[in-house]
Amino acid sequence: MGLAAESQFHVLAVDDSLIDRMLIERLLKTSSFHVTAVDSGSKALKFLGLVEEEQRNEEPSFVAQKTHNQDVDVNLIITDYCMPEMTGYDLLRKIKESKSLKDIPVVIMSSENVPSRINRCLEEGAEEFFLKPVQQSDVNKLRPHLLKSKVKEVGEEDQLINLNRKDINEILA
Amino acid sequence: MDVVTQMQRQLIQYTSSLFQEFNQLQQLQDESNPEFVVEVVTLFFEDAERLLNELSKSLQVEQESIDFRKVDAQVHQLKGSSSSIGAQRVQRVCIAFRNFCEQQNVEGCLKSLQEIKQEYSLVKTKLETLFKMEKQLFAARGSISR
Repeated sequence: MGLAAESQFHVLAVDDSLIDRMLIERLLKTSSFHVTAVDSGSKALKFLGLVEEEQRNEEPSFVAQKTHNQDVDVNLIITDYCMPEMTGYDLLRKIKESKSLKDIPVVIMSSENVPSRINRCLEEGAEEFFLKPVQQSDVNKLRPHLLKSKVKEVGEEDQLINLNRKDINEILA
Repeated sequence: MDVVTQMQRQLIQYTSSLFQEFNQLQQLQDESNPEFVVEVVTLFFEDAERLLNELSKSLQVEQESIDFRKVDAQVHQLKGSSSSIGAQRVQRVCIAFRNFCEQQNVEGCLKSLQEIKQEYSLVKTKLETLFKMEKQLFAARGSISR
């Protein structure tokens, strides 16, 4: 049918620091988000249903598990930039390269204010870049991004409800 | 003024001055989850002490064999967690420390480590005082309602 259920938004938080994971989880829960927190990019991809596929002479790549995707409904991914093995930027790229995951909004966090880093992430498709320590006011900025992606999920017969003003004006003109 | 009200007032004053210094903790204070700040801060203590031990070890070796990359990575972690709870003075020394690492300045690193230990010790004392005051207040409240 396609009607979005009246459930909470589900945010996947990725950070190798336990303290920062606790903090971001707290901030997200205060905003009434349902939260899953993991400590690495590879665990995040696993949770999202991407598994590592060994290719003979190349870097391991991630492919979608066929049946898994529909079980995990993640509406937004928020990840730390500086992580061992897989940085937040690497994770962002892998998500944007994946057909099944590329529409999930991704937010990057970093304790370091490096303009070139910020630009690179935004160019790669990150919705926002938060400087740590993340504040409640930053987390409050997430809702519009989540609503945007929820709208995409809604089925065809519901599209009428989601027309924006421009479309309505065109129809009425 | 009865004892409980007095303790309450003192706690509020102490908490508010502390939260001005540890400016991240205030937004985590939550009536529905009063243990949360204690949990996070306790974690910070464990984390910081572990890192300070590791830093001491990393710098205790022969000067020529100091692994500055490793030291820098450890300081980066400490900088991150102190920033997250708002321990600004510790964070500031970490920044200076990282500069010394970059310059491979052993003396600077050792000095910074000393400074961090001092600042950390101050942080710990202040936050532990807060928790003690809270405990005493709850105990006082409890004995009155009996």
